[in-house]
Amino acid sequence: MSLDFKPVYLDSTKCNGCVNCMKRCPTEAIRVRGGKATIMYERCIGCGECVRVCPTHAKKEFYDSLDSIKNFKYTVAVPSPSLYAQFNNIYDTNYVLTALKRLGFDDVVEGAIGAEYVSAATAEYIKTQHRSRKPVISSACPAVVNLILMRFEHLMDNLSPIQQPEEVTANMARAKAQMETGFNDSDIGVFVITQCAACVMGLKNSVNARIDGVLSAKEIYFPLLAELNKLTPADLENLSLAGSLGVSWGASSGEAHGLKTDNYLSADGMENVVAVLNDMEHDRLSGLDFIELYACTLGCVGGTMNIESPFLARTRLRKLRNSMQEKPVSVTDFSAYKRKEAYRCNNVFKLDDDMLVAMRKTLKVKDIYSRLPGINCGSCGAPSCMAFAEDVVRGTKAKCRYTEAYLDDKRSKTKA
Amino acid sequence: MSELIHLHYDVDGEDFVSCGHASEDVRRTLKSIGISGEVIRKVSIAMYEGEINMVIHADGGVADVSICEDGIVVTLSDTGKGIADIDQAMQEGFSTATDEIRELGFGAGMGLPNMKKYSDSMDIKSEVGKGTVVTLKFNL
Repeated sequence: MSLDFKPVYLDSTKCNGCVNCMKRCPTEAIRVRGGKATIMYERCIGCGECVRVCPTHAKKEFYDSLDSIKNFKYTVAVPSPSLYAQFNNIYDTNYVLTALKRLGFDDVVEGAIGAEYVSAATAEYIKTQHRSRKPVISSACPAVVNLILMRFEHLMDNLSPIQQPEEVTANMARAKAQMETGFNDSDIGVFVITQCAACVMGLKNSVNARIDGVLSAKEIYFPLLAELNKLTPADLENLSLAGSLGVSWGASSGEAHGLKTDNYLSADGMENVVAVLNDMEHDRLSGLDFIELYACTLGCVGGTMNIESPFLARTRLRKLRNSMQEKPVSVTDFSAYKRKEAYRCNNVFKLDDDMLVAMRKTLKVKDIYSRLPGINCGSCGAPSCMAFAEDVVRGTKAKCRYTEAYLDDKRSKTKA
Repeated sequence: MSELIHLHYDVDGEDFVSCGHASEDVRRTLKSIGISGEVIRKVSIAMYEGEINMVIHADGGVADVSICEDGIVVTLSDTGKGIADIDQAMQEGFSTATDEIRELGFGAGMGLPNMKKYSDSMDIKSEVGKGTVVTLKFNL
């Protein structure tokens, strides 16, 4: 995983040093040091859990500002499907797409159309796979992909090699812009509008598509709403390409819906994703063709950069989808949509590159851990007693405020 | 093979739906050592099946894991009812689990076959009425 662009940062003036984000992080990437939550970026998968749970709103996502579109002669917006669900009473996607153009974009190509090609390519890919590579795990949620490469590396071969929908759409958008304008590549700016930190990180680091900026749904919400309110039916441009299947991708199960199979499992929310991956690791999910996993509750409508609650947003998306027709796309050769780089596992948890040294360190960890209270209170600044023991062996200076008390306690009990 | 790390777990016989605690800890340990994902997966599946077996058939037991320079040895010991016919127990689909357990998605008769499939060698010693010891070896 390339980390040239980071997903989240800490506003240290707002951080009060509580343990909420640290306790929720699925890769134990946060420590509280000097009264502030520090992020170990080599472990951060961009899932946004810390942003979601921070009571003082000190954790924030990185994204580009709308002003950055001014740096290009010709700009194209690529909105994610969940954007439609942020607004009430949208029964024609052309309203949102036309309003986006009025924000200053020269063209709009909806992310939902790339999603439809990804569905078609994924369906072809699944057909060609041996039983040992099934179920195929969706690679659409970048936080889930990063989690698997870090914590479940042996499930790597089950990950779908197909690109993210936004990458497919961005490539389509750039090709269209080049053909229609004749501008140089560097004059064309392709901007994805997304709902989550993992997407920003994944797309800014993408090797599959050139994406010039990634904007957040929450930043463009109010300007976009203002444009939407001004639109009359006569103003509408016919910009929509995708049908109901692509729009469905905005919420969990939508992606699997496009595969036209019911032999799939769909789970969302980080704890549920981890539980499903554990089941898969124990070989309890063989027989399925496809597993769709999203780090956010209910899928992309649950992204931290959305405005609306995921539950209401899902309802709106369902109503929109049901008012639309399916527009099937066909992909005969999925390789055109394959990622350009193979997945690489990223074991950040090993204690040393030399296995024998790592074994010795592991023994030290077990020894330290056996003397800790095991209550995982987090007051030492590590998310669990085990993480504390590992940190100490890695050379961090930290103290457990309870250890002495507990040891004394045990001693006195023995005496009695 | 000289042992470098020894891990010991009591496998609680009360609740098999939440069982897997030992294999979970073993996975974390193997990951911190830097053992390859493929080996971790094999150990994890085989050991999880072993834990489930001990809970379903023997009211729990103990799991011991020896990590050596060239391999990992997992020993699962219980003092349960024992296996009368080991060859029969090794057949895929053969199970003596109750309907209640099968309804929960366990007891499909794949436990021992999976333990054999995912380990590099497997040995079973069992005596009816006394208990069972399964030894699994994994090469590094």
